[in-house]
Amino acid sequence: MTTATAAQEVTYVEAISQALDEEMSRDRRVFLMGEDIGAYGGAFKVTEGFLEKYGEWRVLDTPLAESGFVGAAIGAAMMGLRPVVEMQFADFISCAFDQITEVAAKNHYRWGAAVPMVIRAPFGGGVHGGPFHSECPEGWFFHSPGLKIVAPSTPYDAKGLLKAAIRDPNPVLYFEHKFLYRRIKAIVPQEDYIVPIGKAEVKRTGSDISVITYGAMVHLALEAAEVLHKEGIDLEVVDLRTLIPLDKETVYASVRKTSKAIMLHEDNKTGGIGAEIAALLAEDCFDCLDGPIIRIAPPDTPVPFSTPLEEFFLPKVSDIVAGAKKLAAY
Amino acid sequence: MDQAVMANDIKRSDLLEMYYYLRLTRSLEERITALYRQGRIVGGVYTSHGMEAIAVGYASALKPDDVIAPFHRDMGAFLIRGFSPGEIIAQYLGKKTGPTKGKDGNVHMGDLKRGVLGFVSHLADNMPVATGAALAFKIRGESRVAFAGTGDGGTSRGDFHEAMNFAAVRRLPVVFFCTNNQYAYSTPLRHQMAITDVVERAKAYGMPGEIVDGNDVAAVYLASKRAVAKARAGEGPTFLEFKTMRMHGHSEHDAAKYVPRELLDEWKAKDPILKAERLLAQLGYGETSYFHEVGERVKKEVDAGTEFAEQSPLPEGRETLVGVFATEDEVQP
Ligand SMILES: Cc1ncc(C[n+]2csc(CCOP(=O)(O)OP(=O)(O)O)c2C)c(N)n1
Repeated sequence: MTTATAAQEVTYVEAISQALDEEMSRDRRVFLMGEDIGAYGGAFKVTEGFLEKYGEWRVLDTPLAESGFVGAAIGAAMMGLRPVVEMQFADFISCAFDQITEVAAKNHYRWGAAVPMVIRAPFGGGVHGGPFHSECPEGWFFHSPGLKIVAPSTPYDAKGLLKAAIRDPNPVLYFEHKFLYRRIKAIVPQEDYIVPIGKAEVKRTGSDISVITYGAMVHLALEAAEVLHKEGIDLEVVDLRTLIPLDKETVYASVRKTSKAIMLHEDNKTGGIGAEIAALLAEDCFDCLDGPIIRIAPPDTPVPFSTPLEEFFLPKVSDIVAGAKKLAAY
Repeated sequence: MDQAVMANDIKRSDLLEMYYYLRLTRSLEERITALYRQGRIVGGVYTSHGMEAIAVGYASALKPDDVIAPFHRDMGAFLIRGFSPGEIIAQYLGKKTGPTKGKDGNVHMGDLKRGVLGFVSHLADNMPVATGAALAFKIRGESRVAFAGTGDGGTSRGDFHEAMNFAAVRRLPVVFFCTNNQYAYSTPLRHQMAITDVVERAKAYGMPGEIVDGNDVAAVYLASKRAVAKARAGEGPTFLEFKTMRMHGHSEHDAAKYVPRELLDEWKAKDPILKAERLLAQLGYGETSYFHEVGERVKKEVDAGTEFAEQSPLPEGRETLVGVFATEDEVQP
């Protein structure tokens, strides 16, 4: 129905690149920091051509020192700039953990200083990166008040959420999934838009079971929904998009409708985001549940390297199908 | 001339063995690159092409009960510590017979029995850890040394500096090294630090340092010997800066367009294997026919290793769950 004249098809990674470019053009306060993001254009080429366009003071190649440059971004943000920091891999965010959780997260609460910055963290597995290049570290920060956390699953959301993150007056961790970079393509509008932080989206409506998920797992849930649809089970897929602040209303509305819930994520099971949402549902939606809350997540091990191990580790369509069938039987 | 005079201090058999390991490293990594190009290795591949003399030189200067924390381009050190080409290729192929049994890839492997602390991707994370190994040696009054390094990029991390400071304060038997190959991924040294020699960093901690030709296996060996002897004698840590050049991209998928061609040409003439051959010839220890013989020998070993790795089984999915926690019998006595 709609024509593509005012819109274009882009990959997830291009959507991220476009958001950065547009925000840098729109707002002179926005600048980028990270390893190899300048002349090289970033390990995943998100910032290719940016150095030529914006110059070395808006596209800063940093030394290999995450704590140092994240701390510097915090300082610049407090002085009124809008830094967007790239972690080459989300795994290395652990090197900056202290600055993020102790400084960025607490500044405003303690003494009223706003820290409007974004940390882009390419995360997740499925790319044979092994234990140090496949992590999903969002859980570490989920427990740390003062941070916002987003994790888009589509090019549309990736672009809109990054713009919203850059315009947000708080530190925002932006978890972009490496597996989706070049695998997911979609039309995004050419005009400026944002996806508001704190709003989940129902990516597929269904009446039987709610699958609550985010990131690359959204696509897995949608695949499982296709399979189950043929067998007469209708999944509703809720894409959280923002992990903090959590859109409880959308989650609750879905579960009130279906009465059954599956938590699906790629981060380890224990203490993961699914555990928190399951607890919330038990607290607030107990009377509408028609079955146990099921969690589908990797086991509590680091992400292994070898193909059969990584395949075993990551959630699969068949896990969701099996979980849904079990739940449907209640 | 100078080089040959210095190298007179090295036993003939030691030098010949180092030459063999240089060739084995080159041959093994070339095979790994070839396997990568065939799509047989699914993760990244980072080689030490052009920098082989560093790991071969320092690992040869250590005693077997010393501990090393290698850098991600130190294939030679793994070989000298007894990791076989077959085990190493199995590791790259994600096979069950690799040292991590498929849990991790490339040189991300270690083995306490062979005195190798497993590599951690987070650069410089192992520097404090190696310092702790040295602390254990000191506390127990053992005559052992820890030898730990990272790249020029890695020396910017806080953990590197914290390790240097702690080791210096307590005069721990640890030797720190940096393989200064002039680039950290695409980042040239001048964007990494405002000094030209990484060794300057040691001064701030009151630690002696030395700049060494990282392409000269004899020079690396001798400098390492000196630093290790000092550490063993209770004189505390030393910092060694091995100057070299990364002749391939950051990883085998990186064409490294950011490195000027002329710089590579200049360093090509300083290839560590050519350099070692010139030295051996000068000392009368070996000539072309011998070099050729070693080449044949390492090729056979790499062929056999490839065969072993290819025939090895992949781990089974469920093995993912094994090994998160240790048992008491795995603790070092
Ligand atoms: C803490 C940390 N941040 C980022 C990375 C990603 N990374 C891997 S290698 C590399 C460059 C390393 O440079 P250097 O230490 O000079 O060693 P080289 O690879 O050049 O030999 C980077 C940035 C990492 N491994 N660890």
